[in-house]
Amino acid sequence: MFAIGVEKELMPQQDKIIIQDFNFHYSALHALHNIHLTIKSNEIFSIFGPSMSGKTTLLKSLNRLTDLIFRVRHTGTIFLDGKDIYDPEVDVTQLRRRVGMVFDLPTPLRMSIFDNVAYGPRLGGVNEKKRLAEIVEKALGSAVLWEEVKDRLNVSALRLSGGQQQRLCIARVLALEPEVLLLDEPCSGLDPISTLKIEESLIELKKEYTIVIVPHNVQQASRVADRAGFFLSGELVEVGTAYQVFTKPKDKRTEDYVTGKFG
Amino acid sequence: MAAPTRYLTQKIAKVLVWAAALSTIAVMVLILLKVLSEGLPSLGLRFFLDSPREMGREGGILPMIVGTAALTAVALIVATPLGIGTAIFLREYTREGRISRTIRFGTDCLAGVPSIIFGLFGFVFFVIYLKMGWSILSGGLTLAAMILPTIISTSEEAIKAIPEKYREVSYSLGGTKWQTVIHTILPSALPGIFTGIILSIGRSIGETAALVLTAGSSLLMPTSLFSPIRTMSVHFYILATEGISMKMAYETGAALILLVLFVNTIANWLLNRYVRHRS
Repeated sequence: MFAIGVEKELMPQQDKIIIQDFNFHYSALHALHNIHLTIKSNEIFSIFGPSMSGKTTLLKSLNRLTDLIFRVRHTGTIFLDGKDIYDPEVDVTQLRRRVGMVFDLPTPLRMSIFDNVAYGPRLGGVNEKKRLAEIVEKALGSAVLWEEVKDRLNVSALRLSGGQQQRLCIARVLALEPEVLLLDEPCSGLDPISTLKIEESLIELKKEYTIVIVPHNVQQASRVADRAGFFLSGELVEVGTAYQVFTKPKDKRTEDYVTGKFG
Repeated sequence: MAAPTRYLTQKIAKVLVWAAALSTIAVMVLILLKVLSEGLPSLGLRFFLDSPREMGREGGILPMIVGTAALTAVALIVATPLGIGTAIFLREYTREGRISRTIRFGTDCLAGVPSIIFGLFGFVFFVIYLKMGWSILSGGLTLAAMILPTIISTSEEAIKAIPEKYREVSYSLGGTKWQTVIHTILPSALPGIFTGIILSIGRSIGETAALVLTAGSSLLMPTSLFSPIRTMSVHFYILATEGISMKMAYETGAALILLVLFVNTIANWLLNRYVRHRS
């Protein structure tokens, strides 16, 4: 676990996601204003701020889950590895396999633990039993859940505890071997021990994935993030290393939020 | 409001809702008691396995049971995929708009049409124009049109009730729309869809007027989809109205009730097994 107070040595990293002049509207609501942001590969980037500040909208824009919503529009672009994800040529299902998402509440599908994790690979055309079993074991292992469920993979996922269900949801995304992981308040509603387990797995996962997380509070953001961006009313107020943003914020609004004056 | 008045209102309301519930049950019990008490005592296994003799004064109702089952099967085989497909289209493939409103208006109208009108249409279109004659096929297709609205609306309700998050999960795991429908939406909606199918079976078994016009009233055992048949309900109707045999009419009625009970029990058992398997 990383502690605040130590400026982390950042490895030279590539720009994984570049968001350029991005605006997002829900019919009449202007949810994101001129967002410019670069997320580097193999970092944990934390998007934090009070509710209704556009955090989830930004996450869902990164894998175009916003396409499912009626009457929305956007301007500006988002690049993944230099390619515009809103280009008409882009295969959206392929994009979502590369940019996986975990939601704020555990959402196991009504099927067995095994089938939940195998859901994505199966849709992608993996049908060989042995291969699926390998994928499921590896994914559950990465999400620190394998030891707890290895003897009951055929049990319904609904029988797991909340914390286990959320790690299952992380495993389900990892089974697709994505490049980017989007986590929308993955620990809201979880007990401190489950939260700790998930945070631990994130630090491990950073080696292979780029992680964008909306933490459920400032403390979590400061525990796991390498860099952080503060959002307020759809604007990106401040971006910097987690150390800088949480200890020496440049903007008065960031300081007020981090120190708990509002939010 | 003063406390004693409120107390009184409370009491009256309680009496009223109890009365409503009890009268509903009483009506059902009365009907069942009447038909079963008249029909059950003389009902034997032979009745189910024999063909009718002397216009139905003697013998059993085997051809009617076979005919009813075949007719219901044809209706379900045609209407279920159409109905579920329409429901999926309405909920997953189109936004609320002119097209969906038109389809919904159409099915609502279809649901309100009296069955004799369906019978007339089936007679003119299937029996005469398409030259299918009085047959299982004509009757089954007519029934299919009648139960289609029920299957569409119950399937649509079942799909509507699925939380949006399941769709999001499936799409976020790289599912296409069709994969999401097949692997997530239909399995979750199945219990609701099943309820619609059971209601439709009940309607098929009970329908009379439309079937006299489209399936005929033959007493013979059907041999193909083009054979004319007489369903159990039609048999009951003819036995009773033409004064052939009230005793046999009641026996047919009792058999009909037993059949519906049997189908519902099996269906419920299957449904419970499915739901338990998934949770």
